[in-house]
Amino acid sequence: MKFQRWIQHHTNQITAVTAGLIILGFIGRFTGQPWLDTSAFVLASIIAATPIIIRAWEALRVKTISIELLVSIAVIGAFVIREFDESAIVTFLFLFGTFLEEKTLARTRKSIKSLTEMAPTTAQVVQPDGSVNETDVDFVDEGDVVLVKTGAQVPVDGKIVSGSAYLNEASVTGESKLVTKRPGELVYSGTMVDNGTIQVTATKVGDDTTFAKIIELVEDAQDTKSHVEKFIDRFATYYTPAVLLLALLVGIFFRDFKLAITVLVLGCPGALVIGAPVSNVAGIGNGAKNGVLIKGGEVVDTFSKVDTLVFDKTGTLTKGKTEVASVQTYGDSHALAYAAAMERESDHPLGRAIVAYVTEHELASDSLVVQATNTIKGQGMTAEIENHDVAVGNQTLMNAEGVILNDAQQKTLIAIQHQGSSTVLVAVDGALQAIIGIADVIRDGVKDDLRQLKAMGVERLVMLTGDNELTAKTVGSQLGMDEIHANLLPEEKVTFVKQLQDDGHTVAFVGDGINDSPSIATANIGIAMGGGTDVAVETSDIVLMQSSFGELIHAYGLAKKTVRNTRENIIIAIGTVVFLLIGLIFGYIYMASGMFVHEASILVVVLNAMRLIRYTPKRIMASNKPAKLIKSPAAIN
Amino acid sequence: MSKAIMQLDALSCPSCMQKIQGALAKQAGVEDVKVLFNAAKVKVNFDEKIVSADALADVVTKLGYEVKGVKVKVAQQ
Repeated sequence: MKFQRWIQHHTNQITAVTAGLIILGFIGRFTGQPWLDTSAFVLASIIAATPIIIRAWEALRVKTISIELLVSIAVIGAFVIREFDESAIVTFLFLFGTFLEEKTLARTRKSIKSLTEMAPTTAQVVQPDGSVNETDVDFVDEGDVVLVKTGAQVPVDGKIVSGSAYLNEASVTGESKLVTKRPGELVYSGTMVDNGTIQVTATKVGDDTTFAKIIELVEDAQDTKSHVEKFIDRFATYYTPAVLLLALLVGIFFRDFKLAITVLVLGCPGALVIGAPVSNVAGIGNGAKNGVLIKGGEVVDTFSKVDTLVFDKTGTLTKGKTEVASVQTYGDSHALAYAAAMERESDHPLGRAIVAYVTEHELASDSLVVQATNTIKGQGMTAEIENHDVAVGNQTLMNAEGVILNDAQQKTLIAIQHQGSSTVLVAVDGALQAIIGIADVIRDGVKDDLRQLKAMGVERLVMLTGDNELTAKTVGSQLGMDEIHANLLPEEKVTFVKQLQDDGHTVAFVGDGINDSPSIATANIGIAMGGGTDVAVETSDIVLMQSSFGELIHAYGLAKKTVRNTRENIIIAIGTVVFLLIGLIFGYIYMASGMFVHEASILVVVLNAMRLIRYTPKRIMASNKPAKLIKSPAAIN
Repeated sequence: MSKAIMQLDALSCPSCMQKIQGALAKQAGVEDVKVLFNAAKVKVNFDEKIVSADALADVVTKLGYEVKGVKVKVAQQ
């Protein structure tokens, strides 16, 4: 046992020594010293064959006929017929090939490795007496308060209790953009504090954190095999013994021992076995680095075949929160500030949207004193500001206040409502001053992204929503959806997905992960817009960490590219075997050259797969930001 | 039922996987074994009343693979 382990650990040194001996052997041959020639090659063969024979034996013990066994038999055979130079070179090439394979494989696994290496190891836990104790992350409990300073890594998932900081959340979202986080907001394990000091109450620790789950998911995914891989695995378990049998038959029928052992070497299924898995490992690794979690080779396969994309509207195509979508003002520029001042205390979603808009556009309203506030349920509110009577609310309120809309204003109002917005009217001293349209705003750049998806091979875009017909139509037609279905309950969405599948489509459902879970589970591919929520991560096949459509494009392109890469690798592998067979028939290929071609083909497939590590989708068109809000009446009409 | 996760040195041959899988599955008290080839990790669900995580790590070490670390999640109760 000890000897075996020593050999395994020093395989690289053994390979180097073998190389030296082979060179020595050739020197002996060309300088006419037969003793050096023979002894160097004999020694090289014995040394290099040892680790291969050990591995072959170990595999045999678990009843597997391995590639090593084929090579071992071939080498022993060559040794018996005193072809020492052949046996030395074959064993050397095999070991050297394995070495290169390991090195390049490590590169394809690197993306996940760099992820795991980012995992936090220690935490600064705040003790009850206020002092800080450095603890291993494994020993931090939920409810503990940890201190995170500038440059340090957040060790747990939790809520900020004090302090604020700029955080780099690239490890969780894939996007290295700084975000500000204040008390009450959530921070995630594995993210970095770029600037600031915060104290965080741990809500999830260790393996339960989002970051740990991402790693676990990607690790599992890289080992979840696709149909192709499973097929090749099955194929290989029969193929290798078949080669052994073939060699035996060749030996018996042709009475050609040399040919028989050559068949053993040429029959090694090297590139074929490694070609498909290595593409998937590289592809999934690329996704993980770019905020796209793909759960396994099978998902890659199926997703590349998807022709119909079904979207949930709220929270997926739109941001899922109401925002001011359009503003039309008439004269008085204070109207918006007045409205915001009055809505400041309100928790009505429309009111909050107005306050957010005014704050964002710095139309100062803080100093305004609001007096005689009167809220009229279902209509709005009236108040007195700077000696003006202000009314903010719907048309009913305007009628009650005696505010009359002229024809142009009426038209604008209807136009905004037809865009799917709710409207809020603002009147100052009995005259209409502003019409504010508030809607759930479409995510930035979605329209271009959808067009690109179509260009990449998606045939149909379908939108399903529980929202009303008018809003659904407005959003859907703006985005160029092929089909729009409104007023749907979650189970009706499932029926739609099933219907599409029955019609022969391969369907991917994109949703925000919580209420859409049934559809996500039903579709061929479920895609979750996950801000890192557990449900999203668990039920879906693909998670877009940043909830962006850019990631969706990346995922789709990557899936197609990975499948193509797998196919290329299989063609290379089969091509190699065919090439070798032809070479054998015409007598150009013997053991050493055959092994060389084999090892070269393995390197070619690994290198080909490595191209996937750097893949980024080509943007067909520049994504332009949507036109910003304030529109002229002409544009609305 | 407890769960142990062992981190191994990089695995290079698929037959290592079968070897580890087979050896661990044969141990008494082991419910299921999953070997992650690319991540070089072994996940074992086992009954801690029958076998310990250290004993399982020992099995893997004896097969000739270095166990770099073992994490154990003991079942509640």
